[in-house]
Amino acid sequence: MRHGRRRFVAGFLALPLVMYAVLVLSPYAQAFYLALTDWRGVSARAEFVGLDNFARLLDDPQMWAGLRNNGLMLLVIPVVTILLALLLAALLTLGRSGRGVRGAGAYRVVYFFPQLLSVAVIGVLWQFVYTPNNGLLNGVLEAFGIAGRSWLADPALALWAVMAVVVWSSTGFYVVLFCAAMQSIPREILEAAHVDGAGRFTVFRTIVLPLVRENIQVAYIYLGIGALDGFALVQIMTVGPGGPDNATEVLGLGLYRNAFTYGQFGYASALGVVLFFLTLTLAVLVMRTSRRERIEVV
Amino acid sequence: MPSNIPALSSQPVPSRRDLLRGAAALAALVPFTAACATAGSGSPASGTSAAPVGRITKDNPLGVVSSEPLEVVVFKGGYGDEYAKFAGGLYRKRHPQAQIKHAGLQNVGQAMQPRLVAGDPPDVIDNTGAGRLDLAALIADGQLTDLTPLLDAPSAHDPAVRVRDTLLPGVVDSGVFDGKPYVLNFVYAVWGVWYSSSLFAKHGWTYPATWAEMLTLCEEIKKTGIAPWTYQGKYPEYLNDPLLTMAAKAGGMEMVTAIDHLEPGAWRHDAVREALEAYAELAGRGYIMKGSEALSHTEAQTAWCQGKAAFIPCGSWLESEQASVTPEGFDMVVAATPRLTGGDKMSAATILASASESFFVPTRAGNPAGGLEYLRWLLARESAAKFAELNAALPAVKGAVDGLTVSSGLTSINTMVEAAGTDTYNWRFRGWYAPLAKVVDDSTGELVTGRIDAKQWVDRVQKAADKVAGDDSVKKYRR
Repeated sequence: MRHGRRRFVAGFLALPLVMYAVLVLSPYAQAFYLALTDWRGVSARAEFVGLDNFARLLDDPQMWAGLRNNGLMLLVIPVVTILLALLLAALLTLGRSGRGVRGAGAYRVVYFFPQLLSVAVIGVLWQFVYTPNNGLLNGVLEAFGIAGRSWLADPALALWAVMAVVVWSSTGFYVVLFCAAMQSIPREILEAAHVDGAGRFTVFRTIVLPLVRENIQVAYIYLGIGALDGFALVQIMTVGPGGPDNATEVLGLGLYRNAFTYGQFGYASALGVVLFFLTLTLAVLVMRTSRRERIEVV
Repeated sequence: MPSNIPALSSQPVPSRRDLLRGAAALAALVPFTAACATAGSGSPASGTSAAPVGRITKDNPLGVVSSEPLEVVVFKGGYGDEYAKFAGGLYRKRHPQAQIKHAGLQNVGQAMQPRLVAGDPPDVIDNTGAGRLDLAALIADGQLTDLTPLLDAPSAHDPAVRVRDTLLPGVVDSGVFDGKPYVLNFVYAVWGVWYSSSLFAKHGWTYPATWAEMLTLCEEIKKTGIAPWTYQGKYPEYLNDPLLTMAAKAGGMEMVTAIDHLEPGAWRHDAVREALEAYAELAGRGYIMKGSEALSHTEAQTAWCQGKAAFIPCGSWLESEQASVTPEGFDMVVAATPRLTGGDKMSAATILASASESFFVPTRAGNPAGGLEYLRWLLARESAAKFAELNAALPAVKGAVDGLTVSSGLTSINTMVEAAGTDTYNWRFRGWYAPLAKVVDDSTGELVTGRIDAKQWVDRVQKAADKVAGDDSVKKYRR
């Protein structure tokens, strides 16, 4: 009987596990191996070169530019997105009536709209917004008498312009996430605080924030991983792409360029391995901190 | 030999041996092995030696076995794939038993990469479009057939003339890597500076022959409220074509060769610096349309078509690319880049000429002789004229547009090509050392926005060239 049940379970698990191995584990394993070769991606010839690719990475100005920009994105995007999403979620859920501002339901839907657009559409749309001579942004600014700028062609502004789009497109999702978390806070606790004379900000800081902390941490990991990528928007929107003069270069773009433009799949795989460990480190760090804080709270 | 991926043997749950015994799991392991990137190299037996060889006769100079099937994969972009099928029709007239399989793809590189890696490529590939495969990498891995037999064969339309002698100047060279022709670029592309002849006639302007005249004319154009220049700012390589052509014409072929050969200090030639200073001045005097540096090629070219700017640099495809937005009577024409000074080493008519739509025959193709024969028919004047008629672009074959009624742009291209004669040149470093080309393009973007000057440009590019020269892992080429 037991044997039959095992076979039954195995029958269900075999296909998904094999697919996982073929489609997920095997490409990862291959990337790690290819990172140690000079594979060009156009034939089966690949010679083992040891850690040469990783040594070359250290001497690659584009890699450093990518690391710097991804680092800045990692600092800015999660913090700004989470703050904005928390603010909007609080406005939508935490009113004195307990229902948030009027029309909260409609706002929640509207905020979620960018999430429904593909990244490519978002990139193209914002490219039109930013375009200097007849773009929406410069048009609005000029209506107020402010001189327009070449947003995506100015090294001092380009990365910020891209980050604004990332924040714009991801905030809505986290508004919905935080709204759900805030709605699950027992009303009695909030009411009790009000009765005790706590102002809105105090309630938010001392009650709401600690109770949605875990959601914030999840959001941080997701946004952090997203900030380490950024490839699609940069590829579609920026000058070069990755420019002007590497101002918006990201690691993912360098990986793509080395593989598909320069025909250096081995080197690109090495970049991929570095990116893999960066992402992994970020996730582990955030989870470690979250565990410690939970102990403190309890 | 391809080494197997070490992880191949490690299963997600190795302890559950019973699970692996399942037939489904074993069957699924087959694609698992095949999916390894470098594992499909095939046995050495699958090399070219197995390819069928037919008898070489006057009518069959490449020794095609007429019954062998032929597979042709072309890029179906701006030029469509009608012309390629037309050439296939000519092939079948000569080899009626041959089954020809045509495919017109938008993502040739992506689709062909796995087949090349697996050793099962088609007989002809037109490696063009976004995501095309790196030719230098293909050649370094021995994937491309030497096209010398094709170039030395009698041409399809005139058996007295070899194929190589029916081609426009620079076409054969553009496909030479390490002294051997591996790639046949079918569409002739020339670069220059475009303007609207009707706009110029209206204002009584004439196209300048030297840079000093260009600056004088720009001042005059600016007074009318039209921006003298614009360029495809998102992709500064467009501006590099006239800029580096001006440098090349002043510095001569020796300088071009030295740069392509990565010789120490080659970029420090005076002609390069002077051309850079000339374009920096264009920007400095405010002759470039505001905001150009952030425009995509579509946006910049459209603004130019709307008469917001007088000059735009581009290759010969501009007229067909802009066909849908060009106003009636705009009459765009192209002209050779002005000379830096009267003392240039190359003639005034010299143009940057190359050829695109890169056809090649993979070494591991099933019917490589058929692949070469197909290219011979593609280069027949009949196919070339068909191409010109369909696409308003110049194919690589001499005299293809003779007797055709063509547009203002194509007429000016043809005039420019005829005036240049053999005075054409092309840079090779772009194809050979793509990372260096990126530095050159980025630096030019910075130059015309005034963020770096000519000296800084030269320092950056020379440093990048020295780095490529010193990198043993990069294969070096000679012109």
